[in-house]
Amino acid sequence: MNPETETVAPAFPDGVAPAKPCCGGAGCGRPRGSGSARKSTGLGRCVAPGLAGLLVWWLVYRNLESLAAWLTYSVLRLDHGSHLGAAVQFFVYESPKVLMLLVLIVFAVGIVRSFFTPERTRRILSGKRMSVGNVLAALLGIVTPFCSGSAVPLFIGFVTAGVPLGVTFSFLVSAPMVNEVALVLLFGLFGWKVAGLYLGTGLVIAIASGWVIGRLRMEKYIEEWVFEMPVSNRSEEDPQNWLARVRLGGEAVRDIVGNVWLYVLIGIAVGAGIHGYVPENFLASIMGKGAWWSVPLAVLLGVPMYSNAAGIIPIVQALLGKGAALGTVLAFMMSVTALSLPEAIILRKVLKPRLIATFFGVVAIGIMFVGWLFNFLM
Amino acid sequence: MKTLQILGTGCARCDALAEAVKKAAAELGIEHQLQKVTDLRQIMSFGVMTTPALVVDGSVRATGKVPSHAELKTLLSATN
Repeated sequence: MNPETETVAPAFPDGVAPAKPCCGGAGCGRPRGSGSARKSTGLGRCVAPGLAGLLVWWLVYRNLESLAAWLTYSVLRLDHGSHLGAAVQFFVYESPKVLMLLVLIVFAVGIVRSFFTPERTRRILSGKRMSVGNVLAALLGIVTPFCSGSAVPLFIGFVTAGVPLGVTFSFLVSAPMVNEVALVLLFGLFGWKVAGLYLGTGLVIAIASGWVIGRLRMEKYIEEWVFEMPVSNRSEEDPQNWLARVRLGGEAVRDIVGNVWLYVLIGIAVGAGIHGYVPENFLASIMGKGAWWSVPLAVLLGVPMYSNAAGIIPIVQALLGKGAALGTVLAFMMSVTALSLPEAIILRKVLKPRLIATFFGVVAIGIMFVGWLFNFLM
Repeated sequence: MKTLQILGTGCARCDALAEAVKKAAAELGIEHQLQKVTDLRQIMSFGVMTTPALVVDGSVRATGKVPSHAELKTLLSATN
């Protein structure tokens, strides 16, 4: 029985196959998990293949741009400066680039997350005062494994263990919004400044909105049955050794990249269309700095869109290139990731409508403020 | 006879876990009864914070993930 190949092998064909030029590089990223796994001889055996894989990854990544140009203009013989050429080049460059970044970062974050189980995060946060607790919760939201399907059990687990309501909300805002997939896409398509701005302002919104909700003392708007639940005292599972952590990184890649790659490709394809065919500055009048109402509109549009940040960012990047303002674009992204209608419906099981409305209202105002701030400053 | 319970509010991963558990249990030849627990209060009564979760004879064995086939076999064959 070989557990390793079983868990790790499927991640690849699924996640990366469609992006032809990156198979080599991405494929090499993986053996770190699988190569070492055969026998549990420890981490030593997978350091060398891991480094080699990383080197190949880097070489391929560095040359993607020229590779894409070569493919577009020499192999496919499209005309320089044509609409189709621009769109195709955008697609064959961005899709392998983003997928390669995703595989690498998700793998790394998967390992980091093996140190932060929800149980451990809860122990850190329980009994914490407001303010310090809000900051900690927002930061832990980045590294604690979270999927929106688990929002309700997590909420109950936190609240019954004595994590203050406001602190819990800081976590619930930060966890879906400031996540590695969004950050990777922002970094890959916009550069580190925008990714950094998103990270920083996302944390501020999470901290501030949790603090406000805490100050409003809305504990009575939690459904009563929540408090009748037994306080869970499950031990903090820890994978113990590095091999297990590396394996968790591989599982994260299979899970996350396996789920989002199609959205990413569709998003990049739509972005490529906009990039090639929509004229420069076309959007300046409706999504530019001058239009103050574009920020609240972006937030409103973002709410019904759910967990498709992966597909939305490439589109948004193309919009930005055509004259949309950065603040508007950031507000849109935050609204898509942090607020979603399905989440509100799920949360209704544990929260009374008034608390849900407050939650959405406070976070939406925070996002709009960030949007306006950037449009004003930049 | 083991009682196996899958905790989860009906997400895709819960179904994946149920299938994986069925497969592993069949391979081990474990006589069992598989039950999907979808009611939120019932799920919470096990004290889990992430779903899907696997419960074997009343004790929580895995949470928030679909364990690999090999891992599932270990989880299922272990005695309480």
